Amino acid sequence: MAIDIIYKHNNHPAMSQPGGSIMKARLIAAAAIALFATTVQAKTLVFCSEGSPEGFTPSLYTAGTTFDASSRQIYNKLVEFEIGATQIIPGLADSWEVSDDGLQYTFKLRKGVKFHSTKNFTPSRDFNADDVLFSFERQFSKSHPYHMVSGGNYEYFNGMSMPDLLKQVSKVDDYTVRFTLKRPEAPMIANLAMDFASIHSAEYAQKMAAAGTMDSFDQNPIGTGPFKMIAYQKDAFIRYKAHPEFFRGKAAIDDLVFAITPDASVRYQKLRAGECHVMPYPNPADIEAMRTDPKVNLMSQEGLNVGYLAYNVLVAPFDNPRVRKALNKAINKDAIIDAVFQGAGKVAKNPIPPTIWSYNEATVDDGYDPAAAKAALAAEGVEGLKMKVWAMPVQRPYNPNARRMAELIQADFSKVGVEVEIVTYEWGEYLKRSKAKDRDGAVLLGWTGDNGDPDNFLAVLLGCDGVGGSNRAHWCHKPFEDLIQKAKLVSDPAERIRLYEQAQIEFKKQAPWATIAHSIVFKPVRKEVTGFKIDPFGGHSFYGVDLK
Amino acid sequence: MFKFLLTKLAMIVPTFIGVTIASFAFIRLLPGDPILLMAGERGVTPERREELEAIMGFDRLLWDQYFSFLGDLLQGDLGVSIVTKAPVLGEFLARFPATIELSVIAIIFAIAIGLPAGVIAAVRRGTIFDHTVMGCSLTGYSMPIFWWGLLLIIFFSGILEWTPVSGRISFLFYFEPVTGFMLIDSLLADQPGAFKSAVLHLILPAVVLGTIPLAVIARQTRSSMMEVLSEDYVRTARAKGLSPLRVVGVHALRNALITVVTVIGLQVGVLLAGAILTETIFAWPGIGKWMIDSIFRRDYPAVQGGLLLIASIVMIVNLIVDLTYGLINPSIRHE
Repeated sequence: MAIDIIYKHNNHPAMSQPGGSIMKARLIAAAAIALFATTVQAKTLVFCSEGSPEGFTPSLYTAGTTFDASSRQIYNKLVEFEIGATQIIPGLADSWEVSDDGLQYTFKLRKGVKFHSTKNFTPSRDFNADDVLFSFERQFSKSHPYHMVSGGNYEYFNGMSMPDLLKQVSKVDDYTVRFTLKRPEAPMIANLAMDFASIHSAEYAQKMAAAGTMDSFDQNPIGTGPFKMIAYQKDAFIRYKAHPEFFRGKAAIDDLVFAITPDASVRYQKLRAGECHVMPYPNPADIEAMRTDPKVNLMSQEGLNVGYLAYNVLVAPFDNPRVRKALNKAINKDAIIDAVFQGAGKVAKNPIPPTIWSYNEATVDDGYDPAAAKAALAAEGVEGLKMKVWAMPVQRPYNPNARRMAELIQADFSKVGVEVEIVTYEWGEYLKRSKAKDRDGAVLLGWTGDNGDPDNFLAVLLGCDGVGGSNRAHWCHKPFEDLIQKAKLVSDPAERIRLYEQAQIEFKKQAPWATIAHSIVFKPVRKEVTGFKIDPFGGHSFYGVDLK
Repeated sequence: MFKFLLTKLAMIVPTFIGVTIASFAFIRLLPGDPILLMAGERGVTPERREELEAIMGFDRLLWDQYFSFLGDLLQGDLGVSIVTKAPVLGEFLARFPATIELSVIAIIFAIAIGLPAGVIAAVRRGTIFDHTVMGCSLTGYSMPIFWWGLLLIIFFSGILEWTPVSGRISFLFYFEPVTGFMLIDSLLADQPGAFKSAVLHLILPAVVLGTIPLAVIARQTRSSMMEVLSEDYVRTARAKGLSPLRVVGVHALRNALITVVTVIGLQVGVLLAGAILTETIFAWPGIGKWMIDSIFRRDYPAVQGGLLLIASIVMIVNLIVDLTYGLINPSIRHE
């Protein structure tokens, strides 16, 4: 047994670990036996994840850590984002059709897709339409037997307005399902590629219900994805094995381990020591060392996010676009990128990041020009302006240090005669109070995209429906609103691009925000790792990854 | 002795009730609420908020929530985490052996080094050894755990490569936990190298967690021993011609131990508090890390349940310490 274990993992990086001399001796013995054995060497990839998942049913949770551990390894969706991109590719659906009125989405399902076999469950049938119905009805129908299991909070399903949007999900035949909407919604396909839309096994759910162990359904996941979960020890590790019958072919690695390591500096030490192969969220202070580390390949990509300063356009003098534009010109964004992002960011000019389709390259930013800003403010009769700038109390991907950012803005504004007071609140309070229509001051906040669709930024953050809510500028501008509403209804991609590009021009004219930055995501991986791609949504997928 | 025990036990009841109120109130006094934190930047509609409040029971009056918490508690039910939806007691017990294992090894390390160091420093008062011990213990006491942990990792794991960076055992080994104590489970698993790996993983976190108690024990032992060594009966023992080892080891140390045991008892609270940071640095899957996560998520049931359990453990340990006095000093049990 012992030899078997060592042999099975003899590609493991920890073989170069302290205490490895005994291991090495045993390895030689194991290798000698292996000469006579026919077993193929197993490859184990260790990912130093940043925390424990909240659970293993993605629709119940909202954290990226949970999605990494569940939907991105264990499950598939009807449609999926291509790994490392925002393009939609077929998943469990082979193809789909949208009716002319945009109200019906008909999916043809892939045949021969196998669910995982584990010690808890052996599937008796392949994936079919019943599994799709189960996965959506659980979230959609309050009378569904599984609706209230594990708390019954389907925050993403609700957050993406699915209860208001979906009229019905129906089975046409075993391999065809139809989604009927109450109104046309062009981003619907992108929504269905999100983690909450992961497909579960209806047969497994029935088996657990019959056994009276419905809770177990969410703790011992069964999916169709490239890896099946075999063990989880809270706050310690999650172990997966490659699903041998995965419909795209078995993963190149045999075993996947999530070594839960909350501290970023410790994650880096583990990576250096060979105790893990890939780590998320490095410390900005460690980036320089990683660049020159011979064992590490430091990958980077612009994140799917935007950090902004939202003025309250309902309060004078911020109701005047010329005042807002003047203030925007007073902000030295390059200095913010250096001081706050330590170079790991890019100046933002549009409200959507450059990695999203329809990003308008042609818009012109309000460049840093304090003299022009001062003159513009004087021209608008704004003198001796005192204002508040709200700084978030937490670190977010789009803003690693809001307090520092606010201080820099305070210094910049003082150069044009505007006196800034920095305020902050506890995070929950901050989110609540910043929504108030009579909010005093401009608020630092940001957004990370959910589905790669421009609508997920422009409508959520700047649409009229979001005033008093997620639209922190409280900006409701008819020409902009007409463009984004029209873009929701048309399904022609070229037309949608044109509408969103136009919407970005309207946004720049009106400047409800000072767009500050898009962060750059760094992903340190060991040199022996091949095929790893940075996910623009911030996730980590290990299908297609191999070890040299 | 029986009366002494009864008095101590009777005092636990009001303390426990106080702890239930404190643990219930503590998390609710913090600003922010779990629903807003769960929703994040995406926000939540007022209707959805009402619905979630009803599901989580936050729509009821505070006293109603408290008494229902107390009622469930009497039936051994600490509620369900609003984040993971798992029972709080199960979540706690799944992690508790890891914390116990780390704390026990840390306190053994602290006593094994701190006690003799303090005794020798007292006996050799004013020598270079005394100054070194006191200097080191002051440094150890002042050292921020976070920084100290990272320093040891960088030196022993990064540069010397003697110890693993973090975790409880190498991922080479996998076996189903039996007791939850890795040292025991790795022996039971009968996988060559597993026990050694578990020991190697335990060294740095135990040293980091044990540093402050070590410093406190060393200083307390020194001052307590110095006081006892100047007592008349010690001078008499020396005059009788007893060996220095017997005078110090038997006559002086036993009396000096009373204050030292008190300090060790109090260190249990320090250990559990220190475990929060140590576990975070060393990715040690214990209750410390779980409590921190629960506080940040405003997971009311998890925080109040966890606090209550931790406070109960500290109370029980202090009761044991009180009873130990009786064993060390007969005059106490006869009072």
